[in-house]
Amino acid sequence: MTADLIHFFTHNWLGQAIVILAQCLAVTIPLLVAVAYMTYVDRKVWASIQLRRGPNVVGPFGLLQPLADGLKLLLKETIVPSSANGVLFIIAPMIAFMTALIAWAVVPFDDGWVIADINVGILYLFAISSLGVYGIIIAGWASNSKYAFLGALRSAAQMVSYEVSIGFVLITVLLCVGSLNLSKVVLAQSGWFFNWFWLPLLPMFVIFFVSALAETSRTPFDLPMSEAELVQGFQTEYSSMPFALFFLGEYANMILLSALCAVLFLGGWLSPIPYAPFTWVPGVVWFALKIAFLLFVFSWTKGTLPRYRYDQLMRLGWKVFLPVSLAWVVITAAVLQFGGWVPKL
Amino acid sequence: MILQALAFYVFAFVVMASAAMVVVSRNPVYSVLFLILAFFNAAALFVLIGAEFIAMILIIVYVGAVAVLFLFVVMMLDINLTELREGFLKYLPVGALIGLVLLAEILLGLGVIGSTPSSLGALGKAGPQVLAIDNTRAIGRVLYTQYFYLFQVAGLVLLVAMIGAIVLTLRTRPGVRRQRISEQLYRPKGDAVTVVKVPTRGGV
Repeated sequence: MTADLIHFFTHNWLGQAIVILAQCLAVTIPLLVAVAYMTYVDRKVWASIQLRRGPNVVGPFGLLQPLADGLKLLLKETIVPSSANGVLFIIAPMIAFMTALIAWAVVPFDDGWVIADINVGILYLFAISSLGVYGIIIAGWASNSKYAFLGALRSAAQMVSYEVSIGFVLITVLLCVGSLNLSKVVLAQSGWFFNWFWLPLLPMFVIFFVSALAETSRTPFDLPMSEAELVQGFQTEYSSMPFALFFLGEYANMILLSALCAVLFLGGWLSPIPYAPFTWVPGVVWFALKIAFLLFVFSWTKGTLPRYRYDQLMRLGWKVFLPVSLAWVVITAAVLQFGGWVPKL
Repeated sequence: MILQALAFYVFAFVVMASAAMVVVSRNPVYSVLFLILAFFNAAALFVLIGAEFIAMILIIVYVGAVAVLFLFVVMMLDINLTELREGFLKYLPVGALIGLVLLAEILLGLGVIGSTPSSLGALGKAGPQVLAIDNTRAIGRVLYTQYFYLFQVAGLVLLVAMIGAIVLTLRTRPGVRRQRISEQLYRPKGDAVTVVKVPTRGGV
């Protein structure tokens, strides 16, 4: 009986399809819950920074607040402006949300816990993250409104600029690993927490994190939706569920980039101290803790820093991050070559 | 195998349909968006035959960079749609001819026409092979050893194109104020701030 079941799930095409579907749900549902509660944590952290209490009315400690918000957005009317391009206007938030979700297919949660353990994991993530810009450009154009369009153009320029330095950071990491597979990236960092790549590649870690802030348009770089000048940027014309999709997509992207940062620089599922009581903790927990820490830093920066000016943002991307990361690629390659640390292929 | 076959037919159908829509659709923004869809599904087809590196590069380069610029240009231009449609019938024969030539080249290259049945058998073997090394590594080994000089020359061509683009677009306009960050940072406090003792009821 059990053998029959195993055979059904491994050899029958219907069984395989069911397994794939189940894996997708097993990643997506916790992720969506995490996204919902990230909005809550964000608001609590900002509240603490500003000596307020934050959401504390709905449910114990305000824990039901994300559900209440979601229900409210769900029940509101979806308004499509009469001069907007109807189809693209509705598709844009879907693209923005979907790209943040499909990237999780290659993220390893523990040793072997990954939906698609493909050889080009890093490239896949880079490709997907470069798609996020489409949801925003299409939204800006389809809204047929000048605020939305200006916001979309800013956002597109910003994302394209910072993707370049993210690309170079990824190249440095994969020079040290010798593989594009994310599980191998984690395994290459095994050992104590100072063996993780954050220490040997410290400048790259900083550049990656700041570029991640720019990529998700979080506060020092939130020009695409700067509410003081552009109303709300590309989201100006959106209401109810499409707005919620943009909002949640942004949070899902933040979690994704934190996860990527944890995999590339903080040793993924590895425990910081490779000895007994720490290695008993499951890898998923360590991974979640690292993501949670990075997300806290995201909230912290949003609560602390003022917004950049647009030309300063471009200057930082093109004149500071790009040369530094390019130089670091060359330096890393040289050090690996002449220090005899080139990873075995 | 049924899942793979199903995936293949879905992706292949969407590639063909969206490629047709690129040409047919009336709005140039739609054309670019359909082009992106076509790139995507072509990348999916590459994944199906086991060429995952090329698939990812296709998405990163074409969808992530080139198509974004296309979309930018098309959205910013004030294009008159009726004017754009006028040339359609005039250029149709030329376009069809080029299409036919390309099709013939593909068929010749694959050995479908102008060859013996045995080469048709070779076509069937062009599917995925289980290689000992993954294709990223395989491409890297060929590119950086055998074709190293050609690779360098390709880089030089790109460099020339880049310099050309900069030369064409770089204009120095007089009377434009520029911000020099280093000068701002090196400015001493005495130049920027003066502390004035304001007498009561006196004003500055």
